[in-house]
Amino acid sequence: MTEGVIMNLSVRINEDSNLKVLEVSGEIDAYTAPELKESLMPLVKESGKQIEVDLEDVQYMDSTGLGVFVSALKASKESGSHFTLKNVQERVCRIFEITGLSEIIDIKAAIRGGNE
Amino acid sequence: MEAFDYIEMKVPAKAEYIGVMRLTLSGIANRMSFSYDAIEDLKVAISEAVTNAVEHAYGENESGEITVGFGLYEDRIEIMVADRGGSFNLEEVKSETGPYRSDEPVEKIREGGFGLFLIEALMDEVKINNKYGVMVIMTKYNREEEVDMDDDQVSTIQ
Repeated sequence: MTEGVIMNLSVRINEDSNLKVLEVSGEIDAYTAPELKESLMPLVKESGKQIEVDLEDVQYMDSTGLGVFVSALKASKESGSHFTLKNVQERVCRIFEITGLSEIIDIKAAIRGGNE
Repeated sequence: MEAFDYIEMKVPAKAEYIGVMRLTLSGIANRMSFSYDAIEDLKVAISEAVTNAVEHAYGENESGEITVGFGLYEDRIEIMVADRGGSFNLEEVKSETGPYRSDEPVEKIREGGFGLFLIEALMDEVKINNKYGVMVIMTKYNREEEVDMDDDQVSTIQ
């Protein structure tokens, strides 16, 4: 398990043999996106892996976050990995929907009202 | 002239201040009784505009400032994000902007990918002025303040 924390975002990777879960918490904007990208890209570049990004604790994301996930999607297609986003909060989901990216990225929304 | 309160801030053109502008706007919009969803829309819009200024206005070895102005009206908020440090006169700048068109001045801003697209989707009006650097002026109406849009009484508002 590796952990990196910068002011408004933290990223934690849980590794199983073929499934890797990247847990992200905080706000994703131009300041924090480089950290997310640095953690995510090496995972999606490995071939034949299943990568899940858990966004349950991300309440805010803007277009810089979209940019990171678009890059990850492209890389995963090249490496033959499968990349999904899970527990995506309503507000974050809306950003994917408005831009049409929800059509090309595998997204599972958070259950309304949380997962308690 | 329509009465409004005006708040202006200058921040260094650095990514770490994007969140600061977001929080500032959130406070102002909350004070104006915008709904939760409207405030979230405003936060994304201002972040996109400030991000664009941070990423494109100044060269790597150049330091600069971003000026953000908030016009607080009875029924709406107007937000200006300018990527040159100079202070600006709200009315003067407004008189020099036209409606946003998908040709030239947007060129620069399009590099942000989905940024401007999101601003347009989330705000009610967006204007771009590139006479003094790039300036984005965006407006969001406070629907809470209005009579139900489907209500016939809406015509009595003004």
